Amino acid sequence: MNWVKAIITGIIFIAILYVMNAMLSKSGFFGMGVDDYNGRLLVFICINIILATSLNLINGFTGQFSIGHAGFMAVGAYASAYFSNNYGVSLLQSFGFLGETGATSVVLLIAIVIGALVAALMGLIVGIPSLRLKGDYLAIVTLGFAEIIRIVILNIDAVGGATGYPVPGYANFFWIGIFTIITVVVIHNIIKSNTGRALVSIREDELAAEAMGVNVTRYKVTAFVIGSAFAGIAGVLFAHNNKFLHTNDFQFIRSFEIIIMIVIGGMGSMTGAILGAIIVTLLPELLRYLQQIQDSTLEPMIGIDLPFNIGELRLVIFALILILTMILRPQGILGTREAGDFFKRFRRADKPTGGVIE
Amino acid sequence: MDTFVQQLVNGLTIGSIYALIALGYTMVYGILRLINFAHGDIYMVGAYAGFILANALGFAASPSIFGFAITLLGSMAIAAALGMAIERFAYRPVRKFSKMTTLITAIGMSLFIEYLFVFIFSGTPKAFPQLLPNEGYTLFGNAKISTSQISIFVISILLMIALQYIIFYTKVGKAMRAVSYNLTSAKLMGINTDFVISFTFALGSALAAAGGVLTAQYNPKIDPLMGIMYGLKAFVAAVLGGIGNIPGAVLGGLLIGAAETLVVGYGGYIGIPSTYRDAVAFAILILVLLIRPAGLLGSNVQEKV
Amino acid sequence: MKRIFLTIGLIVSMLSSFACVQKGGTGTTTSTGDTIKVGVYGDTTGATSSFGQSTKNGIQLAFDEINAAGGVDGKKLEMLFEDDQGTPEKAKTVISKLINQDKVIAVLGEVASSNSLAAAPVAQEAKVPMISPSSTNPKVTEVGDYISRVCFIDPFQGSVMAKFAANTLKAKTAAILGDNSSDYSKGLTQFFEQEFTKLGGKIITKQTYAQKDQDFKAQLTQMRDQKPDVIYVPGYYGEVGIIAKQARELGMNQPLLGGDGWDSPELWKLGGVSLKPAYISNHYSADNPAPEIQNFVKAYQAKFNVAPDSLAALAYDSAKVLADAIKRAGGTDSAKLKDAINATKEFPGVTGKITLDGSRNAVKPAVVLELNPEASKFDFKETIYPEGMTPPTTTTAATNGNTTTNTVSNTNTNSTANTNSTK
Repeated sequence: MNWVKAIITGIIFIAILYVMNAMLSKSGFFGMGVDDYNGRLLVFICINIILATSLNLINGFTGQFSIGHAGFMAVGAYASAYFSNNYGVSLLQSFGFLGETGATSVVLLIAIVIGALVAALMGLIVGIPSLRLKGDYLAIVTLGFAEIIRIVILNIDAVGGATGYPVPGYANFFWIGIFTIITVVVIHNIIKSNTGRALVSIREDELAAEAMGVNVTRYKVTAFVIGSAFAGIAGVLFAHNNKFLHTNDFQFIRSFEIIIMIVIGGMGSMTGAILGAIIVTLLPELLRYLQQIQDSTLEPMIGIDLPFNIGELRLVIFALILILTMILRPQGILGTREAGDFFKRFRRADKPTGGVIE
Repeated sequence: MDTFVQQLVNGLTIGSIYALIALGYTMVYGILRLINFAHGDIYMVGAYAGFILANALGFAASPSIFGFAITLLGSMAIAAALGMAIERFAYRPVRKFSKMTTLITAIGMSLFIEYLFVFIFSGTPKAFPQLLPNEGYTLFGNAKISTSQISIFVISILLMIALQYIIFYTKVGKAMRAVSYNLTSAKLMGINTDFVISFTFALGSALAAAGGVLTAQYNPKIDPLMGIMYGLKAFVAAVLGGIGNIPGAVLGGLLIGAAETLVVGYGGYIGIPSTYRDAVAFAILILVLLIRPAGLLGSNVQEKV
Repeated sequence: MKRIFLTIGLIVSMLSSFACVQKGGTGTTTSTGDTIKVGVYGDTTGATSSFGQSTKNGIQLAFDEINAAGGVDGKKLEMLFEDDQGTPEKAKTVISKLINQDKVIAVLGEVASSNSLAAAPVAQEAKVPMISPSSTNPKVTEVGDYISRVCFIDPFQGSVMAKFAANTLKAKTAAILGDNSSDYSKGLTQFFEQEFTKLGGKIITKQTYAQKDQDFKAQLTQMRDQKPDVIYVPGYYGEVGIIAKQARELGMNQPLLGGDGWDSPELWKLGGVSLKPAYISNHYSADNPAPEIQNFVKAYQAKFNVAPDSLAALAYDSAKVLADAIKRAGGTDSAKLKDAINATKEFPGVTGKITLDGSRNAVKPAVVLELNPEASKFDFKETIYPEGMTPPTTTTAATNGNTTTNTVSNTNTNSTANTNSTK
C-alpha cells in the first residue's frame, strides 16, 4: 500500500505548502502571516536546499570535486529570465483561459524546463573535461567555467549587463516548496537506485568500480548533468522570486557557500545537506541581531560603552564559526549518516536487546 | 613593434607577481595536497604590513632603497609568521581529515582574514607610499619601463633563485622534497614533518608578501579584498604549470600575465573586448588541461591501485 | 521511503515553526514614541565597501547634527544600518528586514544602482519612502513614486563632461576607459559618447576594465597608439589614481576627464602629480568657502578623521532632505512623507540646491573642477546647468565661491546655458 501512503503524504505536503504560501501573501492565512523578510529567508532556505542537495549528488555521492555550482545556477536563472521577459507576457495571454494563477504557473513551468535544460546542457559541456581530470584539477576547471559564465553574462547587454535584469515574479513560495520537495525526492531516489549505487562505488574506489563493470565515465557525466539541471532549477526559482538578476549574485563566493552547506551538514548525507542549507542561510542573518543585543542588553548590563560595534564583526564571527565547526566536527554535523538514522537508533535503543549501537 | 614590446613588459610585470603568489600555492599543495585559499589574502596582508611599516618607520617620507628593503623584508617576516600561525591553529587540526574539510577550513580562513581586515582598516582603498625613487626609462622607441617594474623583475628573480637554492641545496629543502613525495614515510625516516610543513607555509607566505609589497609599489592602491582575484589567478597559474611543480608555477604565472595583457591589447582585433580579461586566465587553463590533464610541466601520475 | 518522508516532514515542521516563531517576534521591535527610526543599507564588507562606509558616515553625521539641535519636532532620529555585502540579493533582503522587522519610516541607500534597483520595489510595495543618495541610473526612480534621489542622473553628468571637452577643451577625439562591471561607469560612458559625438567629436577607442583590477597598462598602451585628445575615465578614485599614474608612466600627457566618483582625499595620495591635467564634473567643490560646505567638511573631518568624498556629501544631503521632509509633512505618515520628499524645492544642501523634478530626480547644476595635485585640491572651472534650469542672475555664490575665477565662470556659465537653450 505504498502508493496510498505516497498520495496521502503528497496531499499533506501540498496542503502545508498552500497554507505557508498563503501566510507569505499580503492577506495572510486567517490573520496569521509571515512578513516579507522571513518569507524571503524561507524562500532562500528552499532554494539553497535545492542547490545543496544537487551539489551533494556530484560532490558527496559521486566523489567529484566541483566548486562552480553558482555558474549553473546563473545559466538557468538568466536563460529562463530571458524567456520570461521576452515571451512571458504573450504566453500569459494565450494561457489566459486558465486564470491568472494558472497562466503564471504554466509560464513558470515552461521557464523551469528551459532553465533546467540549458543548465543541463552547460553541465554536459563542463562534464566532458571531467572525464579526463581528477580531484583538484576538476575543481579549478569548474570554478573557471563558473567565472567565465559570469563574465560572459556581465558582457551581454541584452540581459542587463552591469545594470541588472528585472524578471517577472512568477514563482511564489508554493512552487518553490514543490520543487524543493521534488528535488529532494528525485535525488533521494537516484541515490537509492542502481545508478546511485554505481555513483557511490565511484566515490569509494574508481578503479575498483571500473573493474566491476561500472561505466565510470557515463555515470560521472550523468551525475554532473543531473546536478547542473537542478542548480538551473534553483536559478529559475531564484530569478522569478527575487525579480532581479545581477552577476554580483553569482560570484564564486556563492559556489563556496553551497560547498560550505554540504560540508557543514555532512558530505554524502541528504539530510546533512538540507541542514547545512538551513544553517548557512540563517546564520549570517541571525548574526545581524548581535548589534541589537549589544545596544539593548550587553552594554546596559556591563555598564560600559564598547569601543566597537559588534554588528560590524558579523561576518568575522561567521567565518570563525565555520573554521571552528571544521576543527571540532570535521566530518560535518551529520557525517555520512541521515537524520533518520538517529531516530532509528533511538527506536533500537528502546528495545531490551540493547548492545553496541552503530 | 614598440607597442608589442610594451605590452609584453606590462604582461611580464603582472606575470612575475602571479608567479610569486603561485609558488606558495604550489609548495603547500605539493606537501599537503591542500588548496590554501587563504594564500591570496596573505598577499594582501603582506601589502598592509608593508604599508604600516613604511609609515611607522618613516620611509614613506623619503624614498630610498634601504627603506624599501627593510619594508620588504619586514612584511615578508610578518607574513611568514602569519602563515605559520594559520597552519598551526587552523590547518593542522584538520590535516588528517578529508580534502573537503581542509578546503572549507581554508575558505573560512580566507573569509576570516578578509572580513577582519575590512573591520580594522575599512574597505576604503589606501594609498601605498612611494618607497623607491620612481623614474621612467625608455627601452626603445615608445616602449617604456619604470623603476617599480624593474624592481619587480629583479626581486622576483632573486627570490626564485633563493627558493631554488633552499629547496635543492639545504637540509630543510631536502626534507621538504621528501615530505612532498610521501608524508608518512618521511615521518618514519625521522623527519620532523610538522616543522617542515610550518617552514613551507612560512616560505610560501613570505613570497606572497613580497608579491604584495612589490605590487603595491607598482600600483599604489591597497584594499582588504585585493587578494581575491590575484589569489585566484595565481592558483590558476599554479595549476596551469602543473600544481606541485615549482618551475611550473613560475611558467604558469608569466604565461597568464602575458596572455591577459595581450588579449586586452590585441583582443579587439579578433573580437574579444578587454572586459574578458579575467576570463582569459580560466579559458587558457581549461584549454591546456584538456590537452595536458596534469598541467604544462606536471607529470601524469598513474593512479595507485 | 518512510525515512525520506520522515526527513521531509522534519524540514517542513522546522520551517513552519521558524516562520511562526519569527512572526511572534516582530511585534516587539516596533518603534517607541520619542525616536524616529530610519533605515540605512549599504555595502560595508563587500567589493564596494568604501562606498557604503562613506554613505553611513555621512548619514550618521547629519543625524547627529539634527539630534544635537533638538531633533525633528522634538523627536530624535535613529539610524539602523544593515550591511548588504554589495550584492543585489542581500540588498533586497536587508531592506525588507529594515521595513518589516525594524519598522523604519524611511530608507536611505544604496550607492550602486543595481543594488538600489533590486531593493526599490520592496520599498515601493511597502509604501516606505526611499531616498537614494547616489544611485545615478535613471531607472532607479522609475520604480515608483516612493523612490527618489539627491544626485545627478547619468545622462546629465555624462553630457556635462562631453560639453566641457568639446567646447572648453576643444577636443576633437576622445578615448574612454570605463569600468564594465559598474553600472555608473557604463551609464556615464554611454551618455558621454552620445553628447560628444553630437558635438562633432569622435570616440576613437573604448577600453574597459573590471572592478578591483590593478593593472591598466595594457588598455592604456593600446590607447597610446591612437593618440586621443582627451581620455574620459568614468570610474571611482581607487582605480582612477592608478590609471593616471600608469598613463603618465607610459608617456601619455592628455587631459584626463572624470565624474564625481573621483572625489576623495585618497585620490591625491594614489595619483599624485600625475593627476594633471585632469578635470572632473562634481556636485560641489570642497574648497568652496560657502559656510554650509566648509562646516560639513570640518565636522566630517573631525568626526571620522578623513576628509569627506562626494558619496559622503550626498549621503549627508539625503539625510537632511529626509529630516526636512519629515518636518514639512508634520509627522511620519508614509504618504504625506513621500509627498513632502517629492516636493523638495531649492533645499540648500552641501551638494548644491536640491530640487526634485517630476520623476523624483534631483535637478541641480554641475560644477567642473580642475585637479590641482600640488595643493591637493580641486580648482573651480565652470558651472554647467541642466536644460530647462535658468542660472541665477547674481553671482552663483552657493555653487562657486572661488572669487578669482568668478568672472570667467560667469561668462562660461552663460555661454553654456545659451548652448543649452538654443538646442
